[in-house]
Amino acid sequence: MLEIKGLEVKLEEEDKQILKGVDLKIGAGEVHAIMGPNGSGKSTTSYVLSGKDGYEVTSGSATLDGVDLLDMEPEERAAAGLFLAFQYPVEIPGVGNMTFLRTAVNAQRKARGEEELSAGDFLKEVREKAKALKIDADMLKRPVNVGFSGGEKKRNEILQMAMLEPKMCVLDETDSGLDVDAMKLVAEGVNALRSEGRSFLVITHYQRLLDHIKPDVVHIMANGRIVKSGGPELALEVENNGYADILAEVA
Amino acid sequence: MALAELKLAATQTRLTGMVMPEGLNDQRVDAMNRVITMGLPHKRDEYWKYTDPATLTQSTPETAALFHNDEGALFADIDRVKIVFVDGVFDADASDDLTCEGVEIGRLADVDGGWAADIYGTLEINGQLHVHRPLAALNTAFATDGVVIRATAKAAKPINIIYLHSDEASDVMLHNLVRVEEGAEVTLLETGPAAARFNKVLEVDVAKTGAFHHVRAQGRDHERRAVTHCFARIADESLFKSFTLTANGVLTRNECIIDMVGDDAVAHVAGACVGDGADFHHDDTVFITHDGLNGESRQVFKKVLRNGATGVFQGKILVKAGAQKTDGYQISQSLLLDDDSQFLAKPELEIYADDVACSHGSTSGAIDDDALFYLQSRGVPRKAATDLLTLAFLAEALDEIADDALADDLRDRLESWLGRRG
Ligand SMILES: Nc1ncnc2c1ncn2[C@@H]1O[C@H](COP(=O)(O)OP(=O)(O)OP(=O)(O)O)[C@@H](O)[C@H]1O
Ligand SMILES: [Mg+2]
Repeated sequence: MLEIKGLEVKLEEEDKQILKGVDLKIGAGEVHAIMGPNGSGKSTTSYVLSGKDGYEVTSGSATLDGVDLLDMEPEERAAAGLFLAFQYPVEIPGVGNMTFLRTAVNAQRKARGEEELSAGDFLKEVREKAKALKIDADMLKRPVNVGFSGGEKKRNEILQMAMLEPKMCVLDETDSGLDVDAMKLVAEGVNALRSEGRSFLVITHYQRLLDHIKPDVVHIMANGRIVKSGGPELALEVENNGYADILAEVA
Repeated sequence: MALAELKLAATQTRLTGMVMPEGLNDQRVDAMNRVITMGLPHKRDEYWKYTDPATLTQSTPETAALFHNDEGALFADIDRVKIVFVDGVFDADASDDLTCEGVEIGRLADVDGGWAADIYGTLEINGQLHVHRPLAALNTAFATDGVVIRATAKAAKPINIIYLHSDEASDVMLHNLVRVEEGAEVTLLETGPAAARFNKVLEVDVAKTGAFHHVRAQGRDHERRAVTHCFARIADESLFKSFTLTANGVLTRNECIIDMVGDDAVAHVAGACVGDGADFHHDDTVFITHDGLNGESRQVFKKVLRNGATGVFQGKILVKAGAQKTDGYQISQSLLLDDDSQFLAKPELEIYADDVACSHGSTSGAIDDDALFYLQSRGVPRKAATDLLTLAFLAEALDEIADDALADDLRDRLESWLGRRG
C-alpha cells in the first residue's frame, strides 16, 4: 500500500533538515502507529505525504500502490486515495461544512472518472455518518471548523474520512483533545472503516487510542527517523517508561 | 495653471455643445449652474485622489467593445417588471407594461410636474452639502430619461431596470427617482452594462416606515465606464438596503449618499466586486449621515482583485450632534490574488454625538494558504479551492441581500464568473 524509502526532507525557507531518512512500509489492510517525542518529525512526514508547501524532499521516495506520491498535487494524492486527518484542522469561514464535504466528495469522484453523488444520496450518507459520530445538524451547517471545539474538529476530520473512503488514512494525533467518550466514537469510526483494502497510519502520543484501534505494527520516530519498530507491546513500553530507554538503546 | 482655472476650463469645454433635454427646465438650469460653480472633478481633487475622473469628464467617451456571451439574463426566473433601455434609449417592445400593484411607474422623459418634478435634483443638492459631486449635477442637468417609481403599498413585484449596451461609443445619462410612501415597500433591480460610458443618478426618498430594497449587478463588458450616484433620504423607522455586484469594466465609481433624517432608521449598503486585470478600476464611495435617534447603518464592501486590478473604498459615517444611540458599522476588505493588485481604502468617522457606537475596519489579504491546502488535501483542485475561498470571502457582502432568491441568483452568477474567468 504505502511505501516510504529513505525520505529526507528539509525546510524550503531555511537550511533545516527535518526528516533524515524515513523508511516505512504499510501493507494493505494493516494498521501502523507512529509514536515519538515532540518535534521528531511525525507531522512533517504526514504533511510531506499529502503535499503541503514549504518542504523540500532532498532524497528518497513515497509511493501509494506503486504510484509516486511526491510528484502529484495534493488533490491528486487525495484522489489516489490518501487522506490526512490533521493534527490541527483548519477553520474556513464562509464555507459551509456541507458544501465543503460535497465539493470534496464530488471532486474526488470526478478525478477518478466516477459519477457525482446526487444531492439526495449525499445528504442521506452524511446524515448517517454524522449521526454515528454524534455530529449534529447544526455543526454540518456551520462554516468548516469555525467555532468548533477541539474535540468537534477531530470528529469532523473522521466524518470527512468516512465520506471520502480513502484507502490510506493518516491520522495525526486525532486522539488529542478528545474526551473519553469521543475517543471511543472516533475509534469506532475508524474501526468501522477497517477493511482488507484500507490501511491506517495512526500518529499518537498515547497508548489509550491504541487500546481501541489495535495496531499491527508500532514505530518509534526520533530526530527525523524511524528508530525502532515492533508489535503493540512497544506502545505499552512507551506509556510506562517514556522514550529514554528506547532512545538510549538505539543511539 | 491653478486647479480652479484648470477645472473651469475643462468644465466649459465639456459643456460646450451639450444639449439640455426638454422638461424639468428650472431644475436642469440650476443643476448646470451647480456644475459650473463646482467645476467637473479633477484627479487633483482630494475626493478623486484614488480614481482619475478624466475619462468620465472628457467630452467624448472612450469606446467600449461589446461583450458577447451566452449567459442568460439575470433574475430570469424571478417574476418582475422589466424596463429596458438600450444605450439609454427606452425600448418599449422589450419592456413589460409599466404597471404593478402597489406602485406607479413612469418615465422621466414624461414627467410634467407632480411629485417627481418636486424631488428631481433635490436629494442630489442635499448630497452636495459636504463634498462636491459635480458629475451628479451634470446628470441632473442633462439626463435624457430614466424611471420614476412611486410605491404606495407593498409592490407586488420587483422592478428591474435592464441597461443594455449595443453601441461601442454610447454615452448615456439616466436619472431615476423613487418615492416610497409611508408603510410602502419596493425592490428595485438594476442590471446590465448600460453603455460605453454611463452616468446614472438614483434619488430615493423613503417616507416613514417605508422600505426600499436595491439590488444591482453591473456587468460585464470589459471596457465600459460608469459613474453612479445614489442619493437617499430616509425618514423615521424606514429601511434602505442597497447591494451592488460588479464584474469587469475598466472604470466604475459608485457613490452612495444617505441622509438618515428620521429616528430609528436603518440603512445598509453593501458591495461585492471581482476585478481582473491592470485596466480594472473600481471605486466605492459612501457617505452616510446620521441625523436621527437610534439610527443603524452598515457598510460592507468586499473586493477580489487579481492580475493588477485596483480597488478603492472611501467610506464615511457622519454622526450629527443629537443623533444619539447611533449604531454605525463599516467594513471594507480586499482579497488580493497576486502582488500586482492593490486596494486603497479611506475609512472615516466624524462624530458629534456622545452616545454612539461606531466601528470601522479595513483589511487587505491574500488567500489563506492553510485553508487552500486543507481543501486540496480533500481532493478539491487548486483552482476550484481558490474559487470556493473567494466566494466565501464575498459571502458576507452577499448576505446583506434580504431576498434569498435574488441572493442565490447573484451567487450562482458569481460562481460561474469565477469558474470561467474573462
Ligand atoms: N514550517 C516549519 N518551520 C520551522 N520549523 C518547522 C516547520 N515544520 C516543522 N518544523 C520543525 O520540524 C520539527 C518536526 O516537527 P513536526 O511537527 O513534524 O513534529 P511532530 O513529531 O509532529 O511533533 P508533535 O508530537 O509535537 O506534534 C520540529 O522541530 C519543528 O519545529
Ligand atoms: Mg505533530
